[in-house]
Amino acid sequence: MDFIQTLKIALRALRTNKMRSFLTMLGIIIGIAAVIAMMAVGSGASYVISQQIASIGSNIILVIPGSTTSGGLRTGSGGAQTLSSDDARSIGTDCPSVAYAAGTVRASGQIISGNMNWSSVIMGGTPELFEIREWPVVSGRAISQQDEDGAIKVCLLGQTVAENLFGSADPVGSIVRIKKIPFTVIGILERKGQSPQGQDQDDAVFVPLRTAQRNLVRSQRTGIVSAIIVKAKSEELIDKAEKEIQMLLNQRHRITAAKEPDFTTRNLSEILAVAEQSAKAMSLLLGAVASISLIVGGIGIMNIMLVSVTERTREIGIRMAIGAKKNDILLQFMTEAVLLTMLGGLIGIALGAGGATGVSRFLGWPTMISIQSITIAFLFSAAVGIFFGFYPAKKAAGLNPIDALRYE
Amino acid sequence: MSSVISLTDIRRVFIMGDQQFEALKGVSFDITTGEFVAIMGASGSGKSTCMNVLGCLDPPTSGRYLLDGLDVGGMGTNELADIRNKKLGFVFQGFNLLARTPAVENVELPLIYAGLGSRERRRQALIAMEQVGLAGKENNHPSQLSGGQQQRVAIARALVNNPAVILADEPTGNLDSSTSEEIMNLFTALNRQGITIIMVTHEHDVAAFAGRQITFRDGRIISDSLTTATV
Repeated sequence: MDFIQTLKIALRALRTNKMRSFLTMLGIIIGIAAVIAMMAVGSGASYVISQQIASIGSNIILVIPGSTTSGGLRTGSGGAQTLSSDDARSIGTDCPSVAYAAGTVRASGQIISGNMNWSSVIMGGTPELFEIREWPVVSGRAISQQDEDGAIKVCLLGQTVAENLFGSADPVGSIVRIKKIPFTVIGILERKGQSPQGQDQDDAVFVPLRTAQRNLVRSQRTGIVSAIIVKAKSEELIDKAEKEIQMLLNQRHRITAAKEPDFTTRNLSEILAVAEQSAKAMSLLLGAVASISLIVGGIGIMNIMLVSVTERTREIGIRMAIGAKKNDILLQFMTEAVLLTMLGGLIGIALGAGGATGVSRFLGWPTMISIQSITIAFLFSAAVGIFFGFYPAKKAAGLNPIDALRYE
Repeated sequence: MSSVISLTDIRRVFIMGDQQFEALKGVSFDITTGEFVAIMGASGSGKSTCMNVLGCLDPPTSGRYLLDGLDVGGMGTNELADIRNKKLGFVFQGFNLLARTPAVENVELPLIYAGLGSRERRRQALIAMEQVGLAGKENNHPSQLSGGQQQRVAIARALVNNPAVILADEPTGNLDSSTSEEIMNLFTALNRQGITIIMVTHEHDVAAFAGRQITFRDGRIISDSLTTATV
């Protein structure tokens, strides 16, 4: 018996009981739609996280000062002023696994341009900072080594700051006052968007490190940095670079086994990888929950197929008497079940994709429908048909033709 | 004339729990090509069991069954399905047509399992329908046909694969007397064209259409006689 004929017979059987076929399919439709929608929401979330990871820059290690004790009060980590510009420079030159290292300081204050003003974060950093964070300027020029060495009062504006101070006008060449000190705007940085912590990374002003140390932050000693940002040469070298940094700084700060280190290193990509992992786990979990409804739908299919086999016992008997083999009958009922689930699967995919699009449009959630998830859902629906259709089909094929013919 | 069917000492024992029931107690007969045989007997006489054995639906417990020269004993279910498909045509008391399926597709059914292409199936099915006088009713569903017409569709279905033997199980059981006569006349006409027909019935006037009557009682043949069939 050829396949097209089998398909025609199955279609006729499904058409005979349109309402029943539809209700049976409904379980699969809901299941597949849920799987598609959940996977879309889940992969949308992990896509956003991976974008944010990319926006921080890859292979980054953060070195921050340790805590300090002042009059019996211990500050949190980062409180001590133990890291210097020299430490940063040394990490950049003496650690073989490190590509770049940049000392940074951080301040906040009012930035004024004409009659506009805006409060923002002011970062001082050496030119390497922008290499590390993979953050180019879109107009004007970047901070140069001359700016750094000469502690020139120049600054780069983040997009948010530029918009708030200058609107649509080009700020390059203008003078802004940062904490009442005039700075020349030399460039605008590319838009970065949100950080994984939800901060607007474009709401910042960048100045050369030495300029900031002299004019914008107060410290006990000169050349103090609040953090050193390091970029490892490759992803594989992150751990090695971290060890090299620790060894170098232990040496420079004369840390011995008896003395607690006065700095901490943090591997940023590691933290974010965990975040990404949890997003993936979330989407997997959602998918698993949705799959349960698929299984319930599959049981519905099995139930109806069993009813169908009983109802059509006589038909099975006739077919067997005139020459249908066991396999013909098996195939016929399997085809029917798989047709049911695949049709349900297609409708479910359409509904799920529609639902996901609706969610992203009306709730603003990022969703992503991948070809992969559609393929998986479709194959899964076919598999449900095969799995839950097999038992009823087997039962039909195993009927004795004499009993089946006599069945009332 | 060669034997199309040859039964030698066929026994069929049903086992129900620890009870044994011997439905056929050593049945032997030969049927020649072109014969029209009526198998008679009261219910429980073993005639239906014999029919199932002849129809390759129920393998005998022992004995030898040659159908068109082939030894049916020891064949697997798939081979038996093939034999039923190619060598036998079935006509049932209750017509046993597929509901909601046009008449012509009912007739085509054996050819589907024989693996014929759709065009060839349709051609042969139309020929068979014309043979039973149903030309023009191809697209009617069984529910739109009278009992006699439904039985004609069933006969066309039995004819369509050019079987060696047509097996009819109480073919007039569900029909009134005038329709019964119509159907029996059709069988007689088909038999005159050389088709071998074996028919189970318990009605003597129906059996009278056949050229030979085999009567069963208690699992044995009690009489096997030629009749001068004329109606």
